[in-house]
Amino acid sequence: MKKSDVIMNSSSKEKQKGFLNYIEDTLPKIVVSPTFVVMIVFIYGFILWTAWISLTDSGIMPKYDLVGFVQYITLFTKEPRWWVAIQNLFIFGSLFVALCIILGLILAILLDQRIRAEGFLRTIYLYPMALSFIVTGAVWRWILNPDLGLERLVQQMGFTNFTFRWLVDPNMAIYTIVIAAVWQSTGFVLALFLAGLRGIDDSIIKAAQVDGASLPRIYWKIIIPSLRPVFLSSVIILSHIAIKSFDLVMVLTRGGPGYATDVPATFMYSFAFNRGRLAFGAASAMVMFMAVMAIIIPYLYSELRSTRNER
Amino acid sequence: MKDSKYLSAKTRVSRVSLGRILIYSALIMAAIYFLIPFFIMVITSIKTMNDIRTGHLIAWPREVTLEAWIKAWSTAAIGATGKGMRTYFWNSVQMVIPSVVISTIIGAINGYVFSKWRFKGSETFFSFLLLGCFIPFQVIILPMSQTLGLLGMAQSIQGLILVHIIYGIPFTTLFFRNFYVTIPDELIKAAKIDGAGFFRILWKIILPLSIPTFVVAIIWQTTQIWNDFLFGVCFSGGESQPVTVALNNLVNTSTGVKEYNVDMAAAIIAGLPTLLVYIVSGKYFLKGLTAGALKG
Repeated sequence: MKKSDVIMNSSSKEKQKGFLNYIEDTLPKIVVSPTFVVMIVFIYGFILWTAWISLTDSGIMPKYDLVGFVQYITLFTKEPRWWVAIQNLFIFGSLFVALCIILGLILAILLDQRIRAEGFLRTIYLYPMALSFIVTGAVWRWILNPDLGLERLVQQMGFTNFTFRWLVDPNMAIYTIVIAAVWQSTGFVLALFLAGLRGIDDSIIKAAQVDGASLPRIYWKIIIPSLRPVFLSSVIILSHIAIKSFDLVMVLTRGGPGYATDVPATFMYSFAFNRGRLAFGAASAMVMFMAVMAIIIPYLYSELRSTRNER
Repeated sequence: MKDSKYLSAKTRVSRVSLGRILIYSALIMAAIYFLIPFFIMVITSIKTMNDIRTGHLIAWPREVTLEAWIKAWSTAAIGATGKGMRTYFWNSVQMVIPSVVISTIIGAINGYVFSKWRFKGSETFFSFLLLGCFIPFQVIILPMSQTLGLLGMAQSIQGLILVHIIYGIPFTTLFFRNFYVTIPDELIKAAKIDGAGFFRILWKIILPLSIPTFVVAIIWQTTQIWNDFLFGVCFSGGESQPVTVALNNLVNTSTGVKEYNVDMAAAIIAGLPTLLVYIVSGKYFLKGLTAGALKG
């Protein structure tokens, strides 16, 4: 006991304790209050602000007189470019998610076979994740260059009739974005699957082996099904990346040729920043926001609930 | 009997090793697939334009030259100026350092409160903050550019720093909170009984344990902010652009003769810092990536 405590009579001691408790109670709240303000203003306040703009007819400058859902109606009924963007998102998103998962899973399974130099190989598989989509796009733009890139390389190898001009072909350009994005993000899925594989109890596999099951069968029937949570996380995270994808499209095709490779994110940027149609851009941003939330909220909810149960 | 046993063992060995060969060749092919773009980037950057026009995409340069590198770094025409990547590279450095430091410190303190000093509503607060990791930033861009204008920070590096701090906090808070949850509460209780308060426990117990988490958070934030393009392209202009925006402008210029060697040198310059971070600290990089399997 401290000297001061001894001198104090019991009632003032109580008071002191009460005051200290009060400080102890409020200090954590004070410490996180700036974050609270930032969150309310810059996340939720701004979302409402954007929602508000989307309900006006703002042009280059924001106006705040509400006109209702005009922009949304225009977006979905009178703007073919928006439908191109949605369609591209579905093409890009589904191929991106599927290819990343297939490649990532195969590589993870192969890497999990007690491979020598596993760390070294993993380092190679994952390095594209460290590069930005802009750098990734710059490289693939060069590789896929219709005159000097892959096309000419294959021609030089003797296949003189070979053509590969996807980058400038309105029907195929979206697939160049898939190629570059899959190259960049496969490593991430691989890492998730590898962690999942390492978490599987060996004894189940051994038991199956004793029963005479072949290795491919064990993988197909036991191991891959038990990775279900990893599949779920991968799908959610990759779809989320796909909906937000902007950088790669900007650097590879600028949404072109024409607007053939527009996705919602580049659509929003183009209308809000280049064409001075703020309200229209805001409406498209709100649609993106709602799409992401529809995917993320159920996922986060189940994640948070399951981690809470574990504790 | 003995023979058959011997035989089956032998066939198994050879079958297994055939399988191993297949596995290793698949893995090596995958490694080549991942490495080739980088290889092409490097050899293109040290070729002459003549070599590029007449030679093979994946052939070693006939004549190795650093001209493209020098040009990319100091004189390449990016946007309206001919200053090369140098200016923009330093812009990114100036942008990354303060935003990483500040957002990481705030995240550490937030994480400490959300794990060890919970109060009524703190879990809800955290959930809503977490949601901030996932919002498509398109939904805050327009108000943000208005606000930066009002604050007099439009098209400035300071403005970008502010933006990166604000939208980095949900991520850093998540990292630290998830780590601090694993520190036993008994440790904190014992310290409280010994009379240690909020900051003393943070300083004496929590922080010394959190070095690895700091590394993870710093690497994550550095990579994210260095590689950011959306905020850069929306909130910066002219001389204040970060390196990603400059690279995009360079490879997308349609004026003049296209110099692919300069493009590739510039791409390496823009990618090198994060690549080095990854090579030096891959383990922590991976942790950041998967620790938020909850990440965006």
